[in-house]
Amino acid sequence: MPKLNMVEAINLALREEMEKDDRIIILGEDVGREGGVFRVTDGLQAKFGEQRVVDTPLAETGIVGTAMGMALYGLRPVAEIQFDGFLYPCLDQITNHIGRIRNRSRGRFTCPLVIRVPYGGGIHAPEHHSESPEAILAHTPGIKVVIPSTPFEAKGLLVSSIRDPDPVIFLEPKRIYRAIREDVPEGDYTIPLGKARLVQEGKDVTAIAWGAMVREVLNAAEELKRDKIDLEVIDLRTISPMDVDAITTSVKKTGKAVIVHEAPRTCGLGAEIIALINEKAFLSLQAPIERVTGFDVPVPLLKSEHYYLPNPKRIVVAVKKVMSF
Amino acid sequence: MSLDLWSLYTLMLKSRLLEEAIARFWYDGLISGEMHLGTGEEAIIAGVVAHLRDGDAMALDHRGTSALLMRGVDPVLILRELLGYEDGLCGGRGGHMHLFSKEHLTASSGIVGAEGPTAVGFALSAQYLRPGAIATAFFGDGAMNQGMLMESINLASAWNLPVLFVCKDDGWAITTQSKQVTGGDLGERARGLGVPAVEVDGGDVSAVWEAAGRAIESARSGQGPTFLHARCVHFEGHFLGFQLIRMVRAPFREMPGITIPLTLSFLHSGGAALHERLEGLKAVLAAVLATLRDPRRDSANDPLRRARTTLQSDTARLEELEEQVEKELSNVLSTVLAGGPS
Repeated sequence: MPKLNMVEAINLALREEMEKDDRIIILGEDVGREGGVFRVTDGLQAKFGEQRVVDTPLAETGIVGTAMGMALYGLRPVAEIQFDGFLYPCLDQITNHIGRIRNRSRGRFTCPLVIRVPYGGGIHAPEHHSESPEAILAHTPGIKVVIPSTPFEAKGLLVSSIRDPDPVIFLEPKRIYRAIREDVPEGDYTIPLGKARLVQEGKDVTAIAWGAMVREVLNAAEELKRDKIDLEVIDLRTISPMDVDAITTSVKKTGKAVIVHEAPRTCGLGAEIIALINEKAFLSLQAPIERVTGFDVPVPLLKSEHYYLPNPKRIVVAVKKVMSF
Repeated sequence: MSLDLWSLYTLMLKSRLLEEAIARFWYDGLISGEMHLGTGEEAIIAGVVAHLRDGDAMALDHRGTSALLMRGVDPVLILRELLGYEDGLCGGRGGHMHLFSKEHLTASSGIVGAEGPTAVGFALSAQYLRPGAIATAFFGDGAMNQGMLMESINLASAWNLPVLFVCKDDGWAITTQSKQVTGGDLGERARGLGVPAVEVDGGDVSAVWEAAGRAIESARSGQGPTFLHARCVHFEGHFLGFQLIRMVRAPFREMPGITIPLTLSFLHSGGAALHERLEGLKAVLAAVLATLRDPRRDSANDPLRRARTTLQSDTARLEELEEQVEKELSNVLSTVLAGGPS
């Protein structure tokens, strides 16, 4: 079985799906001849031709709006927005149109499209190139939001996203694009959307994370072992719809929770998860829930990036705080 | 105002030397993230900025360094900003894509096309607060396909605003050729929105200066916006460190890093079929050959070289000037580095 990084795993998922389904069209800035700024679509235009891998102008609103038209007509577009910060101009298309088509037409029209976005910080890139806008997207009804945490996960989740009848925004943590290599099988396997992954069982505290933060949490879990603290780790995988059962089942067992995300703190997804736990598992809680997050500022430049991004050290502090309540 | 090629050349040379210093810092790892320089577009910037005066505003793109320098911003502040120091132009918070100077009414954005609406806002304010002042927007040909830029050209036309839209056309939208993703002619597009469009050779600083002067005069006197379409060549491509350009410039230094793993992988017995690997090798060779023909490595397109050719009639003065600018920049660099991080 080939050991692939996330870039290669996503490329393989696209390649295999495009072979199976000729309705799948890739469009985006530099995705064709150049193979994408992170080389995710490398070789796909050579293989499938210019009609199926389309270089677009620098026009993000147009890319996403066009993808919607294609999806409604019967194609399966996979659009790429080059960097997270370039997604903001598309919010009009996403919130005002794409997320509402199914509801507006009482299910007569669905909008099967995927918007892939390299996402998040950790590569020393400046603002617009290091943002984590997942909470804005999760707040928008009618779209699914998927964030893989490993190459294997990325392939299985992307295949499910492409086959899903509804619009999916697929956020790819660029920090771990090439940081992890693991076995990624060729051929068909899918990971269902809306189901979290229990990465590691533990009895003391539930840690909830997604994307690049899963790895940080696992590193923290290793450190905590030395202090005989047993962390249960949940990778949400899909933040919308969210697997509330997986969260509450775990918190009912451990009675304690820490949520880790690199997006700013205020109105981040952590706040929503805390509210859900309060609604569904309040009487099981033994301590206030802690959040380890980015800060309420635009993503800082290189020198402050390591202060901004949650790391194992900050996670360990939060877990110990919860343990000592 | 009459054309003074000496002072325009001085502006361009200062900018070039500053950007070369930035490139060295970047290659030394002192500046993070990708780096977009304006080397190759100096004639356009100088030809426009030389006409600006107090109250005039600039909306810049992700290559704003030279415009700020030519407008009179202290290069020490610019460099210390790029290095992320607290006493930099924006407190070390902006970085090279987000440079601001309140004093010079200048704002930049890393979002392609965002210069248009900002310049329209500047111009509308100028109309109220400082009649006679104008706004400029600098952007590339790739930006011309962004909705917000087209919206802003329409607004400037509909409201008859004093804006000079400067399109620095290098033929590339990031790493895709613009002609493959652009419909029609850019000048015609502006004309279609009721804005006069002027074509100018962006490598010829005198021509840009003349054309920009007429457009700015017209804006100052209430005749509305102009679209200045200037072609240029960015010698570093979209961003610094573009591998193919690097390889062609210094083949002996760069080739081993590319060819050794390529050859090894070609000889490797596992993996893809031989013909597929051969295809891969051919693709790389084709890319290298295309780069050898790339205008971005031809110094005949260099606006500084073109201006210098004219000035060479007075070699003594030219050499004195260049020596003086180089000395000035080396003083700037020692000040920047002597200060240390703050």
